[in-house]
Amino acid sequence: MRIDRSKDLGPCLPKEGDDRIICRCEEVTQGEIRQAVHDGLFTLAEVRRYLRCGMGLCQGQTCGKLVARIMASELGVPVSEIAPASSRSPMRPIEMATWAEEKEGGAE
Amino acid sequence: MKRYDLIIIGAGPSGLSAAIEAGKRGMSVIVFDENERPGGQLFKQIHKFFGSKEHKAKIRGFVIGQQLLDEASKAGVEVKLSATVVGIYPDREVVVKIGDGVEHYKGDAIIVATGAAENMVTFDGWTLPGVIGAGAAQTMMNLHGVKPGKRVLMLGSGNVGLVVSFQLMQAGCEVVALVDAAPRVGGYGVHAAKVARTGVPFYLSHTIVKAEGTNHVTGVTIAEVDSHFQFIPGTEKHFDVDTICLAVGLSPMSQLLKMAGCQMDNSGKGGGQIPVVDESGATSVPGIYAVGDVAGIEEASSAMIEGRMAGIKAAEYLGFEEVKTGDEEFDKEVKALDELRQGMFAPSNRGKVIEKTEEGIPISENLLKHGFVADDEIERFPGVTHKVGIHPVMECTQNIPCNPCQDACSKHCIHIGSHITALPAVEADKDCINCGMCVASCSGQAIFLVDEDTGNGHAEVTIPYEFLPLPKEGDTGKGLSRSGQIICDAKVVRVRTSKAFDHTALVTIEVPQDMAMKARFYKAV
Repeated sequence: MRIDRSKDLGPCLPKEGDDRIICRCEEVTQGEIRQAVHDGLFTLAEVRRYLRCGMGLCQGQTCGKLVARIMASELGVPVSEIAPASSRSPMRPIEMATWAEEKEGGAE
Repeated sequence: MKRYDLIIIGAGPSGLSAAIEAGKRGMSVIVFDENERPGGQLFKQIHKFFGSKEHKAKIRGFVIGQQLLDEASKAGVEVKLSATVVGIYPDREVVVKIGDGVEHYKGDAIIVATGAAENMVTFDGWTLPGVIGAGAAQTMMNLHGVKPGKRVLMLGSGNVGLVVSFQLMQAGCEVVALVDAAPRVGGYGVHAAKVARTGVPFYLSHTIVKAEGTNHVTGVTIAEVDSHFQFIPGTEKHFDVDTICLAVGLSPMSQLLKMAGCQMDNSGKGGGQIPVVDESGATSVPGIYAVGDVAGIEEASSAMIEGRMAGIKAAEYLGFEEVKTGDEEFDKEVKALDELRQGMFAPSNRGKVIEKTEEGIPISENLLKHGFVADDEIERFPGVTHKVGIHPVMECTQNIPCNPCQDACSKHCIHIGSHITALPAVEADKDCINCGMCVASCSGQAIFLVDEDTGNGHAEVTIPYEFLPLPKEGDTGKGLSRSGQIICDAKVVRVRTSKAFDHTALVTIEVPQDMAMKARFYKAV
């Protein structure tokens, strides 16, 4: 999907609930997410890298939809138009020590 | 690298069902599940399931879970628990975290049955301890035997919100209100009715303004919303609660499929990002299938059928099954799934306002707005009739795919016919023998046995009862209306339990004669 980067969103005016935490794992607020959109970050992947929301323990399973909804409302588009974040391994948080303990072939 | 013919991710209803079909066909099957216990959500489901005999109707969810595990073990399926699949790589290589290491497996086919996670809504205070998902409440109560709280407010009137509200009360919690921003109850009317008749008030077109408390939840404020879901000032209501339970939908956990390169659908129609699949659950990547909630939110009964379908097709794909036999078995499942997707709550009816039943009877408006059928509405349904002597009264008022009551009555008093969503009707010329099997067989607890005149100005009403402690014969208490209001004195004249009733007790109360068609619950005082 092509993203229209020239879209003028106007100023980021304060909104009720701006200090409410949306991503619990990384403690990212509604206001920060709204500001990020005004800063020019229009996809979930971008906002994720910018604010770390969805990068914590739950890997965005809880806040993904909430963040997308806030972004959609800020951009004035349907939620389905917010490109979902990419999926890559490891799908669940995993300790580096475990990750390094790679076994050749499924152990018997 | 260890190889299997089929790797299944998720040991819930769909994953296990797929494993059974594949195992029966001689495939080597391994099922990975990240949890310590198998069964997905099934072992948290203590209520009786809807459907027909083929869909395991009137069996409690956790029993179905055990049956599936037994069948899987008989079919030679290996179930590996506490095994978290962290990635799917090209050529169906599956990377699994087991213990403190990471192992690689290869499957000639993969079935992804990872299910869904709960949605959340945000409001001031939503991160306070005491705000929990309905699924979490079920895990605490039904798996670990822990009461989630003392006084609970439930947000969400879908089947999950309704069923969990009832379970919270069974666990001894007080449910102070059932709240939903939608203008109508989302779940089955019978589930709503069994909650409403215990006295839980329903607040439709309401949602949470804020959770109160500093270290944990001590209260909640709700308010009415308009048709644009904006709060209407001055409509705030406060409740002292220690727990707020959220049952606001599910999101498919589809990341593994996306990672595997399956074509995805982000339109939101399946509850979130879902893979594009054909009838058998096959994704755009050959050999990878997706079944159950991960392929679009539905419920356990259809998930089991979808699982079986994918199991059959995966066997066919790898040459373990003659195409002809497989097709016959598959068509049977297609029919079963089609049957389950009928009625008012069919996926094709989502979002539509249904005003009349298939029989042309106006739907109870009160049921949709307040959770119970009003006294002046109940008489228009075919399960509600009058006659001298004891007879069943079936307060089943919506077309849902469910028919165990028909077979439960050995005297053929109850008629549904071959169309599984039809409303049950009373056969006027057949005589009820007061065996109580219909009352216990109704997953919606919507069948009552009524004798409208037992002499001396009294009537007797037999109600299904699933709370402890059970009332005792001779106890006196109050009769509650469908709305949960105290309407009369009630005396317990009989309490029946039986193995055939499967933990549903039948409590017969004596009430004033004019309350025969009104008293629907008993409360000890």
